[in-house]
Amino acid sequence: MMKLTTDVAVVGGGPSGLTAAAGLAAAGLRVLVLDREREAGGIPRHSDHTGYGLRDLRTVMTGPAYARLLANRAVEAGARVRTSAMVTGWAGEHALDVTTPEGRLRVDARAVVLATGARERPRTARMVPGDRPPGVLTTGQLQNVVHLHHGRVGTRAVIVGAELVSWSAVLTLREAGCRTVLMTSEHARAESYGAFSVPGRAVLRVPVATSTRVVRIDGRDAVESVEIEDLRTGERRTVPCDTVVFTGDWVPDHELARAAGLSMDPGSRSPVVDNTLATSRPGVFAVGNLVHPVDTADVAALDGRHVVRHVLAYLSGTPGTTGPGTTDSGTTGSGTTGSGGGGAAIPLRAEAPFTWVSPGLVRPGAGAPPRHRILLWSAEHRPIARVVVTQDGREIARRTLPWPVSPGRVFRVPSSLLSGADPRGGPITISLG
Amino acid sequence: MNSGVSRSGPLPEGAIDVAVVGGGVVGAAVARELAGRESGGRALSVALVEARADVGDGTSKANTAILHTGFDATPGTLESRLVRRGYELLGEYAGRAGIPVERTGAVLVAWTGEELAALPGLADKAVKNGYRECEVVGADEVYRMVPALGPGALGGLTVPGESIICPWTTTLAFATEALARGARVLLNTRVESVQRGGGEEGDEETVLLTSRGPLRARWVVNAAGLGSDAVDGLFGHERFTVTPRRGELLVFDKMARPLANRIVLPVPSSRGKGVLISPTIYGNVMLGPTAEDLRDRTDTSTSEEGFAFLVDKGLALMPALLKEEVTASYAGLRAATEHGDYQVHLDAAQRYLVLGGIRSTGLTSSMALAEHAAGLLAEAGLVTSVRDDLSEPPRMPNIGEAFPRPYMCGDLIAKDPAYGTVVCFCERVTAGEIRDALASPLPPADIDGLRRRTRAMMGRCQGFFCGAEIAERLARVEES
Repeated sequence: MMKLTTDVAVVGGGPSGLTAAAGLAAAGLRVLVLDREREAGGIPRHSDHTGYGLRDLRTVMTGPAYARLLANRAVEAGARVRTSAMVTGWAGEHALDVTTPEGRLRVDARAVVLATGARERPRTARMVPGDRPPGVLTTGQLQNVVHLHHGRVGTRAVIVGAELVSWSAVLTLREAGCRTVLMTSEHARAESYGAFSVPGRAVLRVPVATSTRVVRIDGRDAVESVEIEDLRTGERRTVPCDTVVFTGDWVPDHELARAAGLSMDPGSRSPVVDNTLATSRPGVFAVGNLVHPVDTADVAALDGRHVVRHVLAYLSGTPGTTGPGTTDSGTTGSGTTGSGGGGAAIPLRAEAPFTWVSPGLVRPGAGAPPRHRILLWSAEHRPIARVVVTQDGREIARRTLPWPVSPGRVFRVPSSLLSGADPRGGPITISLG
Repeated sequence: MNSGVSRSGPLPEGAIDVAVVGGGVVGAAVARELAGRESGGRALSVALVEARADVGDGTSKANTAILHTGFDATPGTLESRLVRRGYELLGEYAGRAGIPVERTGAVLVAWTGEELAALPGLADKAVKNGYRECEVVGADEVYRMVPALGPGALGGLTVPGESIICPWTTTLAFATEALARGARVLLNTRVESVQRGGGEEGDEETVLLTSRGPLRARWVVNAAGLGSDAVDGLFGHERFTVTPRRGELLVFDKMARPLANRIVLPVPSSRGKGVLISPTIYGNVMLGPTAEDLRDRTDTSTSEEGFAFLVDKGLALMPALLKEEVTASYAGLRAATEHGDYQVHLDAAQRYLVLGGIRSTGLTSSMALAEHAAGLLAEAGLVTSVRDDLSEPPRMPNIGEAFPRPYMCGDLIAKDPAYGTVVCFCERVTAGEIRDALASPLPPADIDGLRRRTRAMMGRCQGFFCGAEIAERLARVEES
């Protein structure tokens, strides 16, 4: 086994990992990015539409162009980017086992940044019964087939989900000559509220069945139809189609995080991080859609930018920002986090309809979270977002935000709403009034 | 592809010695056994005749994948005897052929007073079946063995010999060795009718009229699984009826594996049949099966009712398991009959043998059934002896988790970088393994066949990352 040492190992070469690598290398550290794909860049590589780079680069470009640019920037900054390099497990607190075509590697790092991203739940994880023919995909597989491999799909598709990514699937299908005959959403209204669904419906002429779930797929050798149920009436009907795309319903690629025994958030299934993006193991950080499945690529990239100074601080042992091991208040069961010379971290919780909040810990004195935003995920739609923040039974903030709460997309709350929290107090709760 | 394998084109013109109908685990074992025998100084010519495009693509691919000790069989039955013998034979063969086996052991868990009271009887029954290792244990010991069990377990019965095995590699190993011994594997060959009376007097032949044309054989072994009663009917018999019994199974993410390090079996009781929780050889955890009699012998769809039943059972048995993601669900059809035992009948006049009604224990008993079949054929006049020119069995690629897989092997990667190129990330399948499977003596016909040979795409992402790449690799081979 070949041995490599580096200051920072970044696992995953998508927008967040590459941006972190570029920043850390520019600060003079030896940085090694390990990406299992043949090319770095992550999901944007096969998202062949524009809209990438808005928040991080202040411009827009296509996904593949964005992926190339971020990879080039990391390399130009001095990071080493290894592709076809699959991290298969841990060999120590900050050591990784890696399989590459050149052999097995043992990477010994002083700090590790996990940037492994997220994937869509496939049909199996959603437990949709019926026959199991080919032609049932996720958006990720669809875009891989169409954009990277120039393969073929069918002619009539049903799309499960009506998130932003679902409309991206519609565009990809259209490019491949496949018409979307129906989109279904279990919510009372399409998730991708406003941004896409109104013009989407008008321009792409896709019917959206809301409050609807797919209950069965039929077709032995090829998809012939899906059976859908109206959740309001219980009525069922059959929709003929030859392709089914399961979209959204994200789950983080958290296996490496779990293998390390990091504290995990039961809602997002992500490793719990604090405002410095430190996990419960000192010197192991987590960024991007691994910790908030999922936000847009530019937001993930800005996590990568955010983590740079905290990794630097950890490596230099600077107190006050980050440094090994203090315990949180112990009331959440989320264990310890490896940063925060500033004091014990306060658990951050979210009440229904929210299913998770990121970061899950707030470390007083460690600065704001990325982009000064707390990220939440909602199971339900709320046209008016009256956000209430409480701690120890005391209301510390209340504000109506000018954007709605919508399922299928991240709901962002300014972190300034937490500024009234008692640094020695108990857990902070975010809810809707 | 071995020249003995064909998926299309003409069938052999001359008469063969034995046609084995049905390329499941039993048929493949029989073909392997008979291809390793000679009669009158001449190796038997054998053809494995399979209606589908691949071996092991029916009942044999979707079962609970347990290598049974036979502790709970009905004493005195043929099934009891053959499972016991097959356990030894297959366990030994697996070691030589590289079929993944893990000796996990099992525990039957009693949740009611009735079930608890049944345990000593089950231990006695195990002894009657020739298995003496069972032990009744208290609830503390049950929870020590499987800490993730839900509350309420009252006691248990240990079965240390129960093991898990790869059903896909087993069938492939038998078929691959049959090929190496000179047998033919005729795929996409559905037997549609049967004509008797060809050949010379004293050396009569049967003509199997198949979807690929006629095939002449001196002897016919029916191992057609769900179709075994239909084929039996073609020979004029009405001895049993196969009622496909659907068993639905849920497979949980590898993250769940630490929850179940041994097989957790239900105790048969008046509450009806329970479900089992089992680790899989691929590092997952399986929950199931349901048991539902169907009419349609091809309906391997899963159902809402099946899922709901399994979720309900799973929540009580092991609540933590249901918090993990489901990475696969499937349904298998067991070839159940109205009889309580295997349906093995010899028709010496027609030179015909049926191995029917082989239920889920057939994976374990397969090699014993093959041995038994050779003995019965000898009674009817096909006296054979084992060839003395046989080589060691083929070494099958390891797709189990208990042994090193190529991605972990530095020396292998140093010799061939393709074994260091991980293509399917979730299951850690390398380009080298996919290439090998596509170039193997018995290559896959489609993605499912590739999955059974390599595990590619059977993981948690179900192709989100690698599906397109793997389809392209398969298509490239099909074109060339």
